[in-house]
Order: sequence, then C-alpha cells, then structure tokens
Amino acid sequence: MNRLNDGERGIFRRFQAGYGAIGLLVSGALAAVLLLTVSYLPGFGQADRPTENEVSQRYIAKGLEETGATNVVAAVILDYRAFDTLGESAVLFAALAAVILLLREEPAALARRMAERKPFEPDQGPILRITARVLIPWLLLFGAYLVLNGHLSPGGGFSGGAVTGAAMILHNLAFGPEQTRRFLSERIFFRLLVGALCFYGLAKGYVFFTGGNHLPGSIPLGQAGSIFSGGLIGPLNIAVGIVTACAVYGIFALFDRGGW
Amino acid sequence: MGENLLRNYLEAGAVVIFSVGFSTLLLQSNLIKKIIGFNIMDTAVFLFLAAKGYIAGRRAPILTGPGGDPAQYINPIPSALVLTGIVISVSVTAFALALALRLYERYGSLDLNEILLSREGEKT
Amino acid sequence: MTLFKVLLLLFLIACAAAVSLTRRLLPAIIIFMSYSLVMSLLWALLEAPDLAVTEAAVGAGITSVLFFLALKRVRALRGEENEPPE
Repeated sequence: MNRLNDGERGIFRRFQAGYGAIGLLVSGALAAVLLLTVSYLPGFGQADRPTENEVSQRYIAKGLEETGATNVVAAVILDYRAFDTLGESAVLFAALAAVILLLREEPAALARRMAERKPFEPDQGPILRITARVLIPWLLLFGAYLVLNGHLSPGGGFSGGAVTGAAMILHNLAFGPEQTRRFLSERIFFRLLVGALCFYGLAKGYVFFTGGNHLPGSIPLGQAGSIFSGGLIGPLNIAVGIVTACAVYGIFALFDRGGW
Repeated sequence: MGENLLRNYLEAGAVVIFSVGFSTLLLQSNLIKKIIGFNIMDTAVFLFLAAKGYIAGRRAPILTGPGGDPAQYINPIPSALVLTGIVISVSVTAFALALALRLYERYGSLDLNEILLSREGEKT
Repeated sequence: MTLFKVLLLLFLIACAAAVSLTRRLLPAIIIFMSYSLVMSLLWALLEAPDLAVTEAAVGAGITSVLFFLALKRVRALRGEENEPPE
C-alpha cells in the first residue's frame, strides 16, 4: 500500500469498495437462488423421494450377505465402490507429494533451521510431556479400534488413520522430532505409505480379476459380526488407515519444519 | 416459491452457510481466511448431502442381522460420498496452505492485495 | 430434537459469519475448529455416525493443526511474537 501515490491509492480504494459490493451482491444472489431451489426439494426426512431408489435398498438388503460387513457405509466405500477409495487414497498421496514439492528443505538447510530454532523453542515442559505420555497409548488404541472395527461399527480407515496420525503428531510435539524419528524414520515412513497404497491397488485388482462380480472362489466372508469377517474389507481398512496416518503425519512434519 | 422451505430447514441452513463461506472466499483478501471460507463451503455441501440422506425415524446403517430391511435404515450412499469428500477437502486444504506459505516466503505477505502490488512493482 | 438441530444450525451460521468478521487469524481458526465440532455433532444427530467420527478427527483435528502450523510458520518467518499479519 505504501508504494502507491495518492491517485493510485484512490483508484485502489474505489476498486476495493466496488469489488466488495459486487461480491456481497453475488453471494446474496447465490443464496437467494439456492434457497428457492431448496424450497422445491422434497421434504426433509421424508421416505418417498427419488434418492430412495433401488440402489440404496439393495445395498442395505444384500450388503451383509455380499460383503460380510455389518456397517453398510464401509461396505459401500470399501467393496462396492472400492476404486473410489483407491482414488481417494491416491489424492491424499498426491497432496503429500505436492506439499513435499512445495515445502521440502534440503537436509543441510533443515539442520541449520532446527539449530537456529532451538534457542527460541521453549522446553515443552512437564505438563505436555506427562499428558502426552498418558494420552498417546489411548489415542493409538482408539485409532486401532476404529481401523480394525471399521466393518462392524462407525469409523474406518480414514477416521482411525487420522486419530493415529494425531497421536504421532502429539508425540512429536511433546518429545521432539528426534524421538519420533527413532520409530518412524523417513525410510520407514515412505515404505509404509507406498507399501499400503500398493497393497490396496493389488488386493483390489486381484478381487476384480478373480471374483469380479462376487463370483465364488473369492476370499471367504467369515461370520457376520466377528472381527475376522468381511473378506478384504478389514485388510483394506488397515491399508487406508496406514496411508491416512502417514499422510497426516508427513504433512504435519513438512509444515512444521520442512522435512523428517 | 415452493412450499418446503421451512420443512427443509437443514438444507436451507446449509445453503446459507455455503453463501457465507462463498462471501468469505470472495471478500477477504487474506489467503488463510480464503482457505477457511473454502473449508466452510465444503462442510456446508456435506451438511446438505447428509441432510438429504436422513429419513425421520430410521436408524444409522449398521445392520444387526442378515438380510437388512431397507425400511429400517437411512440411505447409506450420501454418508459414503461425504466420507470421501471430507478426506479430499483436507488434502486440498493442505495443498492450498502449502501454496500460501510459498507465496508468503516469496512476497512477505499473506494479503492478496499486497502480493498483487508487489508483482506489479516487480514488472515495472 | 428439532429445536436442538435448529439451535446447532444457528450456531453454525454464526460461526461462519464470525470467521469473516474477526480481524485476527488465530480467533478465526479457533472459531472454525468449534464450527467443525458442532458440525460433527449435527451429523451424529442426522444418524450418520461415520461422518461424525471422521469430521471430528479430520475436520476439527487435523485441519486445525495444519492452520495453526501455517500461522506459526508465518510468525516465525516474520520474527514477531504477538500478531499475525492482518
């Protein structure tokens, strides 16, 4: 702003005022049009409407029999529409790759920056450390529960992976990156991430080739409601959980310091 | 004007939140606020879809026995779609924030007007 | 129950407007965090527990952590202690 002269500043102010007015007008018009559309939609909570068609009814009626998962949402995202989820994991991976491209620093620059930052980083103190020590096992347990029970109850790979990633972030914040690197070095990190993504693609590809439309000869579905049921849904949930946890922790590390 | 505006109060609220997020995206010149507005638009769309999947008096689609009765459970498809969308939205947020941080490193500001002015200054 | 849903919805609209109206970035991010939590509550009421769990973990947790980290980085680069840039 300071490098403009008075005339330019006046033009800039007028442009901003006009832009604000037009922006408000556009948002208001959008709201009005959308509200008008909403007023013509079928009523909220009503059972007889076009979206209640044979697709969702079939998922509920045949889902347990065909996929072995009691959670129909998990059956939809990891069995009927599993390729979507492969694409979704790939999008997470692509986001991590883009963040690496944008924020990664060379190891030498990283070490210099960490050394520069050290005097300014306050010691995290006993409160955070003790809280983390108490909390992290429970967070990891909850994340593992969400992932492993994804086909039986609400949860699944994404939420469980996010909780696990949050536990790793907490560990990193409380004890410092050196401690986290002891069990999750860059090498292990990328092996886990890429391995889980490849496992997902291969496993689902195998099912598509051998048991495409749920022909016999595929993986046994097990007894409904037990933890070893649902055929491939359990392993796929674990793979998705690993991808999510690694992507979340990796994006955190890159945002925090630009490397592992 | 249809007659269902008040009955569809959740959808109407989602639309209003969407417009508020859109105005944040348009009017704020700070990049971080723009990204928050973008996230608000995302969640408003998800709220709309979740409200469209809800059916009064039915339960969440967790089956309790073989051969579920479709008249007892809500529609599972919007839930599955939105689950995908939430993860995509966090990926896009991470990417957008990384881009904003790079802009900050280059131009020393998160304000879009300042960045545009700096670019003009570089050109001349 | 309808009244509760309407109250949550009004809270959400107020939060969305408050993000735009607060001048400082840190309060805006905290407001967005509470917005995500209330949104996950609303989804639990709409019988979509999968969404509620995922939004509480991803939307309120991870996204907010990313925003905080971005703010921290911006401040660290500027060397200022108190205030992010407007």
